[in-house]
Amino acid sequence: MGRLADRTAAAKPLTPYRVLRLSAMMGLLLLGVAGLSMVIGTADISLKSILDLFLGSGTSGDPAGLILFRIRLPRIILAGFVGFALSLGGVVFQALLRNPLADPYILGVSSGSAFGAVVAIVLGFGFSIGVPVMSFAGALLTVWLLMQLGARRMGMESTTILLMGVIINAFFTAIIMFFISTAADERLHSMLFWLYGDLSQGRYTHLSLIGPALLGALAILYRHSGALNLITAGEETAAQLGVEVDRIKKICFLVVSLMIGVVVAFSGLIGFIGLMVPHLARMVFGSDHRLLIPMASLGGAAFLIAADTLARTLISPSELPVGVITAFMGAPFFVFLLRGKGSRWRRP
Amino acid sequence: MAPTLTLTDIGFGYGYGEARILEHITFQVLPGEIIGILGPNGSGKSTLLKLMDGILSPREGEIWIRERRLTDFKRSELAREMAMVSQENHFRFAFSVMEVVLMGRFPHLGKMGFEGKRDAAAAMEALEATHTEHLAHRSVEELSGGEKQRVLIARALAQEPKVILLDEPTSFLDLKYKREMFRLITTLGKDKGLSVVVVSHDIDLASQYCDRVLLLKNGVIHKLGTPDAVITAPDIAEVYDCPVHVDQNPATGKPRVSIIR
Repeated sequence: MGRLADRTAAAKPLTPYRVLRLSAMMGLLLLGVAGLSMVIGTADISLKSILDLFLGSGTSGDPAGLILFRIRLPRIILAGFVGFALSLGGVVFQALLRNPLADPYILGVSSGSAFGAVVAIVLGFGFSIGVPVMSFAGALLTVWLLMQLGARRMGMESTTILLMGVIINAFFTAIIMFFISTAADERLHSMLFWLYGDLSQGRYTHLSLIGPALLGALAILYRHSGALNLITAGEETAAQLGVEVDRIKKICFLVVSLMIGVVVAFSGLIGFIGLMVPHLARMVFGSDHRLLIPMASLGGAAFLIAADTLARTLISPSELPVGVITAFMGAPFFVFLLRGKGSRWRRP
Repeated sequence: MAPTLTLTDIGFGYGYGEARILEHITFQVLPGEIIGILGPNGSGKSTLLKLMDGILSPREGEIWIRERRLTDFKRSELAREMAMVSQENHFRFAFSVMEVVLMGRFPHLGKMGFEGKRDAAAAMEALEATHTEHLAHRSVEELSGGEKQRVLIARALAQEPKVILLDEPTSFLDLKYKREMFRLITTLGKDKGLSVVVVSHDIDLASQYCDRVLLLKNGVIHKLGTPDAVITAPDIAEVYDCPVHVDQNPATGKPRVSIIR
């Protein structure tokens, strides 16, 4: 994989064909990981019985079918959606802020939307509309705060915004902790677990809401992927090269907030992935967002499915929070890559 | 010949009622003409360049590109008319030289947003014009100052503009590359017919390569004209607040400035 962004490719324009070809390959990898994740689990279900079920020769009423289609499949799809959204959000935030350390979690956008969701739960709102809407509102509030506080003095200086994000993150996490400490007992456990990320609550009704939202977000963000390339080279430079910088920044921040809000409402806070997957994708595929966006999104989906499979099987029949796995698996791998390829986000 | 760029009585200042950074700036740039903007630090040179490229908007006066007001241009339209090479250029992420030069094609791209044969050809031509084609696969941040400067000019050329604005293109360059840079600028003006506006600290180089120079002092035009007319001992001494001796460069016959101890 490391040679995909090789020298000859870098010296030629990127073609839609190359984007499609690599996306198809990454898509196959994603399907492979998802398939593997279907087979692995506390209940032993053979590959043959899965194929039988998919081909319709098995009976839908049997226990294997119930576990696969009512429990595992929605969970796998949710993990894929969440990994997709967090990685895509990370790529776009890094480009907009021209800072390789930006990601929805560090910037406090995730905890902002978690704050919104917790408020919704405390107020007794339902999961189908109330929680995701409040979660989106929380994400939007965070981005607005970042803009207001960060833009006051130095015209959107990215380090200032990053620092603001860290502070906002701490603040919202404190509020969430407060709610959890004071919440009624039976709701406490689910909220606590959700704070570390929980993908077990996948329902087809929720997925049918998240799926189209992500697809829409991807379409809009991809339309601006060429402009994002130029913005990473500096906002003034981007404007001089014909980008309507302010408009595109607003659109992208809004769309990413929506995406993060929807995803956090159903999965809680999962850190690290929005930082790591974009980095890995940059190292392998280079910095062109027209290629980077599909690669990081699909790769992030595969990564979180793999991580969640580990989370539900490692100490089976108990479960670990998936955030523990993403950090535990990702951190050493990331250090290894940084040391091997240099930390300066250059081509190999 | 109709001017490509016209500035009429431009005034600019940050914030209302505060001191003006630029006042009563009026001049025109003709096709194929190379204009040097000279002046001490803080005289408003870079601000003037940003106004010309629409990054800043003037408080008073108007800027015209041929027969059209600058404010009537969309950014993408403007980027097809005018290219700017600024001083600050750091790439936070790894881009190859080819990718950077292809960025210059952005205002020309169609709905799909991918570069075609025509764009690749324009980028190659720009690389050749700046003698950087051998760097195409390299990462920009690995390049030396001189190489990077030339690559950024290649990106500006890939835009296929009518006007090119350069902010201190020779700072940090050694003698050889300074000469190469100004020879390249001359080619752009004389062979390609571009209008070139170059901000420089190097009075002697501007004197040798520019058709006209504009001497700025505290935001107003002190003098505008041929190097012979503008680069005189009294003018330079007054504008830069430093006693100087001006004679003729024996090789080119253009004015040459020396500092008096």
